[in-house]
Amino acid sequence: MELADTYTSDEMMSIAAARQLSNNQICFIGIGLPSKAANLARRLHAPDLIMIYESGTLGAKPTKLPLSIGDGELAETADTIVSVPEIFNYLLQPGKIDIGFLGAAQIDRYANLNSTVIGDYNKPSVRLPGAGGAPEIASSSKRVIVMLRQSTKSFVDTLPFVTSVGFGAGPGDREKLGLKGAGPVMVITDLGVLEPDSDTRELVLTHIHPNIAVEKVIESTGWKLRIANQLKVTESPTASELDAIRSLVSAGK
Amino acid sequence: MAEIVSLQEGIGSLLKNGDTVALEGFTHLIPMSAGHEIIRQRFEELTVVRLTPDLISDQLIGSGCVKKLVFSWGGNPGVGSLHRFRDAVEHGWPHPLEIDEHSHAGLTNRFVAGASGLPFAVMRGYRGTGLDMFTATVAPITCPFTGEELRAVAAINPDLSVIHAQRADRNGNVQLWGITGVQKEAVLAGRKSLVTVEEIVEELDPRPGDVIIPTWLITAVAVSPGGSRPSYAAGYYQRDNDFYIAWDTISRDRETFLSWMKDNVL
Repeated sequence: MELADTYTSDEMMSIAAARQLSNNQICFIGIGLPSKAANLARRLHAPDLIMIYESGTLGAKPTKLPLSIGDGELAETADTIVSVPEIFNYLLQPGKIDIGFLGAAQIDRYANLNSTVIGDYNKPSVRLPGAGGAPEIASSSKRVIVMLRQSTKSFVDTLPFVTSVGFGAGPGDREKLGLKGAGPVMVITDLGVLEPDSDTRELVLTHIHPNIAVEKVIESTGWKLRIANQLKVTESPTASELDAIRSLVSAGK
Repeated sequence: MAEIVSLQEGIGSLLKNGDTVALEGFTHLIPMSAGHEIIRQRFEELTVVRLTPDLISDQLIGSGCVKKLVFSWGGNPGVGSLHRFRDAVEHGWPHPLEIDEHSHAGLTNRFVAGASGLPFAVMRGYRGTGLDMFTATVAPITCPFTGEELRAVAAINPDLSVIHAQRADRNGNVQLWGITGVQKEAVLAGRKSLVTVEEIVEELDPRPGDVIIPTWLITAVAVSPGGSRPSYAAGYYQRDNDFYIAWDTISRDRETFLSWMKDNVL
């Protein structure tokens, strides 16, 4: 069997996300799925992607996938390291970041994100890590790309907590809230790609990954998912993409 | 001028029960040994301030030292949950934990305001988020020049700020490099400060991107080699990523956690 014929849904997700990044984009990267996709892009078509981690490492070029946003290799390979006040106040807030690249525990139809709690804030059933840099990455980056695995647990009708704002309650909300960036332009999952409708701002399924049934995506969404009139199929991973993702070595075990 | 003290003396003389203590270090240079000393001296009712609580906060919380946590991201980086933090929030063990929760940008600016001697800092953030509703130390403010609605975050001035750095000289001047996070602001915002260092050297020769904190801004310096482990100190030792992964198992169960603390910290 050809290498490209067998791959996991997580590999497809990372590859689909990596394809969205290009050389010389200034990309503020969350740890986990976004970090993996960005480092994959650097090994494929975007060696000059400018990766910024919230530890203040600007232009990091790690050889291994970092476990944390502050791994030693990020610092050693960075163009420069700035303080945390500087990265948030001088780089992110004034709009110098092209792409904010985020993961989350949950998302709603307007691409608002939750990474804070499941259940009531004051008496949560699950306490998640919380905001970190995400709220300001979501509000101030010029554009935002979100990655998370799709299920009815993660794609929910109503978020228990809004950690980071996508489009709020719909059209005009970002402007009303004074959020400077354009907001989420794409949500990449293990099943497909969703993009906000230009009028309603609701996420619409625009791409489906190969060998995934539309019904599967609908069943994995906690609201009545809209499907684009011209639903496209994501291009299958190439052998070189799969080779690159499989040769990524993690800094942790 | 900073006094050179032992870690035991430093924590014992500068901290008291009920204090607000900042333990800063953003993934790198986390003041782990100072946290352990706080646990060994059995301090109680502390308000602990850290952007990224990390393992040290998990240990302080699970050991019953913490009444309130001021934070912005409470996870085990790249691994998952901080189980002692979760157990305290979700089940009140070993006792209920109050939280004052922010984004990194927000808590950073609270330190900046504290270091600046101002009552608050101004930023563009929080609007539309749940934190805007639940966090008492965030409030709306209107720009007097443009009318833009922004957010004010209250200054934070810890009773004691603790950081770890690579080196100090005999006069107590401190040098740190690599990822320096919000440590300078934490020291400047603190009413008192304690800096643990890997070593004391004759001369602080320059390093690329170093931060020097002069002795006259620091209360005390204590030598604590390996004081950041399992975090790291650039130029001295690397981050023990495997231990961060192992912590997930150690901390998940109350008894396993307590027995690990007994064997390794107390």
